[in-house]
Amino acid sequence: MARSRLMCTFMVGDLYCGMEVERVQEVISHRRLTRVPLAPPEILGLINLRGEIVTAIDLRRRLHIVDGEPSEEPMNVVARGEDGAFSFVVDKIEDVVELDGDNFEATPETLDDKIRPLVQGVCKLEDRLLLLLDVERLLVLD
Amino acid sequence: MSWDEFVKDFLLESSEILTRLDQDFVELEKNPEDRERLSSIYRGVHTIKGNSGLFAFANLEAVAHAGENLLTDLEGGRVVVTEQVTTSLLAMVDAVREMMGNIESTGRDGDGDYSDLVTTLEGLRAPVKKRPAIPVVDQPPPAPTMPQPAEESEPPPPPPPEEPRVQAPPPVEAGVVEGADATPAEPTSYDRPASSIRVSVDLLDKLVTLVGELVLSRNQVLQYTGTVQDRVFLSACQQLDHITTELQETVMKTRMQPIRNLFSKFPRVVRDLAVTCEKKVRLQLEGEDTELDKNLLEAINAPLTHIIRNCVDHGIEKPEVRSRCGKPEAGRVRLSAFHESGRVNIEISDDGGGIDAERIRQKALEAGVATAQQLQRMSEPEILNLVFVSGLSTAKTVSHISGRGVGMDVVRANIERIGGTVDFHSRAGEGTTLKIRIPLTLAIIPALIVTSGADSYAIPQVSLVEAVRLTGENLTKGITCIHDTPVLRLRGRLLPLVNLAEELGVAGREGEKSRLSDSESVEIVVVQADDHQFGLVVDEICDTLEIVVKPISKLLRGGKTCFAGATIMDDGQPALILDVLGVALRARVLSDALEKPLFEARAEPEQQRRNLETLLVFEAPNRGRMAMKVSSVGRLETFDSASVESAGTQQVVQYGEQILPLVRVFSDLLHQPEADVHDPDEPLSVVVYHRNGSSVGLIVGKILDIVEEEISVRGGTTRDGIAGTVVVQGRVTELVDIDELLDRSGCFVPSTMA
Repeated sequence: MARSRLMCTFMVGDLYCGMEVERVQEVISHRRLTRVPLAPPEILGLINLRGEIVTAIDLRRRLHIVDGEPSEEPMNVVARGEDGAFSFVVDKIEDVVELDGDNFEATPETLDDKIRPLVQGVCKLEDRLLLLLDVERLLVLD
Repeated sequence: MSWDEFVKDFLLESSEILTRLDQDFVELEKNPEDRERLSSIYRGVHTIKGNSGLFAFANLEAVAHAGENLLTDLEGGRVVVTEQVTTSLLAMVDAVREMMGNIESTGRDGDGDYSDLVTTLEGLRAPVKKRPAIPVVDQPPPAPTMPQPAEESEPPPPPPPEEPRVQAPPPVEAGVVEGADATPAEPTSYDRPASSIRVSVDLLDKLVTLVGELVLSRNQVLQYTGTVQDRVFLSACQQLDHITTELQETVMKTRMQPIRNLFSKFPRVVRDLAVTCEKKVRLQLEGEDTELDKNLLEAINAPLTHIIRNCVDHGIEKPEVRSRCGKPEAGRVRLSAFHESGRVNIEISDDGGGIDAERIRQKALEAGVATAQQLQRMSEPEILNLVFVSGLSTAKTVSHISGRGVGMDVVRANIERIGGTVDFHSRAGEGTTLKIRIPLTLAIIPALIVTSGADSYAIPQVSLVEAVRLTGENLTKGITCIHDTPVLRLRGRLLPLVNLAEELGVAGREGEKSRLSDSESVEIVVVQADDHQFGLVVDEICDTLEIVVKPISKLLRGGKTCFAGATIMDDGQPALILDVLGVALRARVLSDALEKPLFEARAEPEQQRRNLETLLVFEAPNRGRMAMKVSSVGRLETFDSASVESAGTQQVVQYGEQILPLVRVFSDLLHQPEADVHDPDEPLSVVVYHRNGSSVGLIVGKILDIVEEEISVRGGTTRDGIAGTVVVQGRVTELVDIDELLDRSGCFVPSTMA
């Protein structure tokens, strides 16, 4: 993985996460949601994005983050799945960063089983670690 | 016209011809004497050959030429139509199709080696190679500057009436929608609408999207009219409303195509498959004129093909097996389409071996799809519908065609994706029927907006029956609870009630169900799911709107939730579209009722010994329907009212040698004398009931029917003597326990009758 990659990064709880920029369609501010009864708990609801129905997924819940209060102004990271557009609701948007492919490491085996499959790799930054999230896996809910 | 356009036209025509050829060959094999069809085939192949020569597609020309030669011999009667001949000619059609594909993608007909095919075709020709004049060709060879149109759509003699294909616009593959007849290049053509053109599908799609947006904007504007007094503005709005509606309808029409465009490929599919499987299969097509949206037509192509292949491969038995079972050697596959209440129904049935629910049960156990306990609780239709579960194949053998257990789940997923439903009925030894219901169009549907638990939901108009608002006295009378289950009494019928908020898990308060009849008013939407009606209790019934259906993620569709899609409301918020059938299944109002069609179809009662109960159904005034088990009923008798005598306090009639004590079920047993209305001038209907070796005459009011049904009693006992609630003939019926009632009442002591 020598090539450098552009990452859209954001905070979910105290996790510093990122997705490849090509996967991200856009980032939008918080929208009013229409809840979907009977849906899996990770699904917050539906939002209207210029006439398209976008399914909003609570990334805190998806990553099993229980600590801390969710942000008062959550943001939507809109990504395109096979099956239409999805929005990952995150606490705070960080920068788009260019990462050297050499800095990526495999996900530590010790990471919680529940979230380890959702993380493609870990990138060592100077002061912190960035979790590269696997968009496809995030969209598979039980 | 540029060269490219000529080629494009040539491809388009040829694809039309090829589609027709498939069907024609299959028909010809069935009826080799059909000279009309033979000529039409000949002309089609001839046109392709001529045009390919014109465009210098040498490979293509060679193959078409070999085919044409063989056809000449067929026409001249020197070669007879055999399976081998048809197969080779169909192979020729496939080769031509393949080369057409090459031309479309690369501009050349490719380097494929078709010499074997050509040799085979030549080998099938009559030994005398001298080629006589072709008798029926009345078409000049292709003009040098213009590609020929699809000639066989206008055969010079009047087409035989049993040939629906003749005027059929065949499906067009090249991304172009066809007008009725696009290139009227035949100077002598009569009867052809001259005013149609080919339009690209992309353009139509764009139009539909735009109209969808326009409908939304129109709705937003109309919303606003309530607050505006300006008359000019209001009349302009009205105008906008009318025009939008008309525009929408018109645009939708441009996308409608007869289902024939899809059906026409199946004769070939069935024929090829039947030959491969060494079976005899007759395909019967019905309702080919049924129109539906082009997108839907494409969407059902794959699932329908899969189902048809299944029918032939697994459904229909081999001829020897069939004759052993006393069935005609040739199996029948029937494919029919029709419109019903705004939806398109497609039924695929075969008279093959069918599937035994028991076998599915075993397979489901083996595959670990369900536990024995779960299976125990499932009704037969539920078990049959397990064929749609991934990983379950009931085929005894796996063939290259089907039987690997993948497929039916995909079929269902594909159909549900377009808002359709699929139902599976099968009877071992008798065949299988699949019913597919799909909407006419996907884009815009009328719907009723309701609110429940603070959210808005849209109920598609096709599922709606009526809206009912109950207040005051009507409310207390209209809604009754049988055990904890509320039912709606509507014009003499009982409908199960489902509280939407509760079913969706969005009810604010607990125990809303029991308070239903205590509230001031109740809004009920009576809906229909799969022929059965039920009442949906909602908070508020708002408005009917034309909504634009937007797809939702598969995470939210299907069995997990009860939603078919979403739409965007006037305020810009998404609202979910309810899948009424999903709600019904969730609330279990359908589970029993679904069995009805199966029982109607049953011919071998000894196979069904499970829970069959014969019930006497009678009408209780003001109480709906009641039933009792007839296992103890001796017979039904009618007595003249005057023959009723009294013995002490007991009313009796003379019945043969004995005296029959009379018991009025309503007043004597259920303590409801008001229900026991009997006109003294009318003869008295009496159920002679045997018990402990003696008889008693039961007066039950109006006897409606005697039915044999598989019953499952639901709801505990609410009152003494009521064993529970059952669904009989799709209606909620209280099951009366006569023995217990008689024991309790004490008004009838059997010993006196000994």
